[in-house]
Amino acid sequence: MGAVDLTQFHKTFFEESLEGLDAMEAALLALDSGSTDHELVHTIFRAAHSIKGGAATFGFAEVAAFTHVAESLLEEVRSERRGVDGELIDLLLRSVDCLRAMLDHTSHGLPAADADSEALRGELVRLVSGEAAPAPAATTAAAASVDGWAIRFVALPHLLQTGNDPLRLFRELQQLGRLDVCRAFVVDAAPTQLAELDPGQCWLGWELRLHGAVARAEVAAVFDWVEGDCELAIEPIAPAASAAPVAPVAVAPPVAAPAASAPRPVRETAAASSEGSSIRVGIDKVDALINMMGELVITQSMLSDIGEHFHPSQLERLREGLLQLERNTRELQESVMRIRMLPIGSVFNRFPRLVRDLERKLGKQVKLELHGEHTELDKTVLEKIGDPLVHLVRNAIDHGLESPEQRRAAGKNETGTLRLDAYHEGGNIVVQISDDGAGLNRAAIVAKAEQRGLIRPGQEVDDAEVAELIFQPGFSTAAQATDLSGRGVGMDVVRRNVRDLGGSVGVRSQSGKGSVFTIALPLTLAIIDGLVTAVGEERYIVPLISIVESLRLRPEMVRKIAGGGEVFHFRNEYLPIMRLHRAFGCNAAITEIERGIVVVVEEEGRRVGLLVDDLLGQQQAVVKSLEAHYQRVQGISGATILSDGSVALIVDVCGVVRLGQRSKAA
Amino acid sequence: MHENTDGAAPTVQQLTFNLAGEEYGVDILSVREIRGWSRVTRIPQTPDHLLGVLNLRGAIVPIMDLRLRFGLERESYGDSTVVIIVAVAERLFGIVVDAVSDVVDIDPSAIKPVPDMGAVVDTRYLKGLATHVERMVMLLDVDKLMRPEDVETLDAALPHVREVEVAA
Repeated sequence: MGAVDLTQFHKTFFEESLEGLDAMEAALLALDSGSTDHELVHTIFRAAHSIKGGAATFGFAEVAAFTHVAESLLEEVRSERRGVDGELIDLLLRSVDCLRAMLDHTSHGLPAADADSEALRGELVRLVSGEAAPAPAATTAAAASVDGWAIRFVALPHLLQTGNDPLRLFRELQQLGRLDVCRAFVVDAAPTQLAELDPGQCWLGWELRLHGAVARAEVAAVFDWVEGDCELAIEPIAPAASAAPVAPVAVAPPVAAPAASAPRPVRETAAASSEGSSIRVGIDKVDALINMMGELVITQSMLSDIGEHFHPSQLERLREGLLQLERNTRELQESVMRIRMLPIGSVFNRFPRLVRDLERKLGKQVKLELHGEHTELDKTVLEKIGDPLVHLVRNAIDHGLESPEQRRAAGKNETGTLRLDAYHEGGNIVVQISDDGAGLNRAAIVAKAEQRGLIRPGQEVDDAEVAELIFQPGFSTAAQATDLSGRGVGMDVVRRNVRDLGGSVGVRSQSGKGSVFTIALPLTLAIIDGLVTAVGEERYIVPLISIVESLRLRPEMVRKIAGGGEVFHFRNEYLPIMRLHRAFGCNAAITEIERGIVVVVEEEGRRVGLLVDDLLGQQQAVVKSLEAHYQRVQGISGATILSDGSVALIVDVCGVVRLGQRSKAA
Repeated sequence: MHENTDGAAPTVQQLTFNLAGEEYGVDILSVREIRGWSRVTRIPQTPDHLLGVLNLRGAIVPIMDLRLRFGLERESYGDSTVVIIVAVAERLFGIVVDAVSDVVDIDPSAIKPVPDMGAVVDTRYLKGLATHVERMVMLLDVDKLMRPEDVETLDAALPHVREVEVAA
C-alpha cells in the first residue's frame, strides 16, 4: 500500500466529495421543507463520513478535522439526541458551503482552512460540546468517565465481498487510542472441512479493547461502513471502581432496506451533477451503442461479401446494403450524441438552495416547482446554461414576486410560485421560468428607457417592444440595487449567453399575473443546420437559425449612402449590405450585387444582408473548432468538413456584423 | 525514444528540409507526418504566411508557408513541395517547405547559438545552428512559429526587459 501514489486518486476524491456535498445539501433542504424521513439524516451523515474518511486518507487534515466536528453534530441528530430545527439546518448548510470552499482550496494546493472556516468550526464545536447532549460528548477531550471500550466485532461471511477489510477498521481504531486484541476466534458456523472453505468469506471474530477517552460515537463511526455486514457490540470499560455494566448496543442495521437503498440518492445526484471533464454514461446507452455497432458490422460484412463476388444482378442487394449502412450510421451517430446528453436536473438541483437563501434574504415566500428534470441536454449546453438560469430565477424572486403583504393586498396567496419547466419542442429544448408575481412593470421600464434614450419620450411602445427593452445592455429598473440583481448587468448578459449557445430567450408578461421567460436551446452544439454558400473559390456555411430570407436584388433596390455603405429596402426597413467577399477578403467573387444573392440574417435584433455569389444547398454541419489547433478568428464560429473532404468555414453572424461596423468606422 | 535521447547516445534526430537553398532541421519528435501539397481553405483576418486550414482526418489544421513566415519570396507549389505536420503541445499545424531531405543525428553539444545577424535575417524562429557532414543545418524552433500575433507584438515591445533578465 505504501508504494501506491495516492495523488492519482485525488481527482476522484474531490469529485466524489463534491457530489457528497450536493447530496448533503439536497437532503438538508428536504429536511428543511418539513420532511421527516429518517433516511435523509442517514444520507447526510454518510456523505459527511465519507468525506472525512477520504480527507484523512489523503492527508487533508483540515478538511478531515472540520468534517469530523460536523459529523459529531450529525451523529447526535442521527441518534435522535438532538432535534432538527431551522437554525441547525442553517448551520449545516453553511458548513456545506464552507467545505466546498475548503475542497476547492485544497484541490488548488492552497491551505484549506481560513478564518471563516475556523469560526464556523468553532461554532460547531460549541454546539456539540456546549449544549452537550447527555452521555459522552463527541469531542475527544470532552469524553470522560470511561477508560475505553470493549468491542466485539464478528464479521458476517460476506464482509470481505462488500469491499471492507477488518484490518483497515482496526487501523482506524488505533488512531483513536491504544488498541489491544484480546481474542480472535473462528465463528462456530464456519465450515470444518478445508475443501468447503471459500477464501472470499470471512469466518472470524475479534474481541478488542480500545483504551482512551474516546466518545462512543467515534468508535461506532468507524464501523459505519460495515453496518449490516457484521455483529457489533461496543461496551464501555468502566473505570475500575464503578463497574456498572451498560447494556450492549448493537449497531446492527435497524432495517435492511435503508442500508441497501441509501447510496442511491447520492449516485443519482452524482450522475446529474458531474460537470467536470468526465461523463457518467448510463449502461443502457452503452448497450445501445454496442448493439448499433453489431448491426454496423453485419452490414459491413454483407457489403464486403457483395463486393468480393460482384455481379450486376446483385445491384439491388448492393443498394439495399448501402441503405442499411446509411441507417446504421445515422443511428450510431444519434447514439453517440446521446452519450453527451445529461439531464437538466443537475442544473435544477441548485435552485432549491438558491430559492431558500433568497427567501430569507428578501423576506418573501416562494414555492419552487421543478418539472422535466429528466429532459436531456448536451453537456456543453448544460454547463453554460446554469448562470443564465440562476440570473433569471434571482430576477423572478427579486423583481417578479411581491412581498407577502403586497400579495395579500392583491388578493393572491402569500406564497408566490416559481416554476421551472424543461421540455422538448421540435429540435429544441425549451426551458421556462414562470412566476405568478407582478409581471413586468411597464411604466417603470418605459420611464427608464426614456431616461436612457432608448426610446423617444412619448413614443408608443407595444408589449413586445417593452419586453425587448429589458434585454438592452445596462438596463435595470430595480429601484434599489440589491446584491442579488439590479446591478445593470443583467438580461443582456443572459441573452448573450443564450445566443452563444445558439438559442434564444424571450419573455411574456401579464401585469399582476406574472411573467414567463422562455429559453429555447439547440439539442446539441456539435451539429448545426447550415446553408452552404459560395463566395469566390470559398464555401461558407451560414447557420440556418439566423437566416430570415434569401433574395436576389435588382439594381434599383440598392441605395448608396454617405460613407460608402450600401443599403436595400426590405420589409419596411433599410438593411445594410455586408459584402462577404470584402469582409473575408475572397478572390474572384461576384461583386455586382444584382448578380449575387443577398442572405438576410438576423442577430441580436439587428438584420443585415450578406452578399454571396450563390447558394449551394442546405446541409447538416458537424462543427469543428478552429481553436483546437489554431485560434479564434473573428467572423468565423468554426469549421466543418464537406462531403468532398474539404474544409468550409462557418460564418459567425454576430462577428461578421461587428466586423462590418468596424470597417465602416475605420 | 526518450530513453535513447536521455541515455548514453545523447543525439537528437532532426528531419531536415530545404527552403530557398538553405537546409533547416526540425526535431523529429515533433513531426507527425509529411504529406504532399493540397488545396487549403483560406481563413479571413489572418497574416499572409498562414495559407489556411485543411482537413487532417477530421482535425482542422492550420498550414503556414515557411517562406512567407521568414519574409522570403513566395514560390509556386510544385510536385516536391511538401507539408510537414508538426505538433506543439497537442496542437497540430503544417509548414510548407520546398522539399524534405533527410533525417540526421545531431549531437546537442555541437549546437551553436544563432549569431546576431542584424536585420538581414529573421532569427527569431531558430533554436541554433548545427553542422552535419560539412553542411550547416539551421534548427527550427517550432514552438515559436505558431504563436499568436499579439504575443509576438508583445515580445517585440519588450526587448529591454529580456536583456535585463539575461544580464541578471
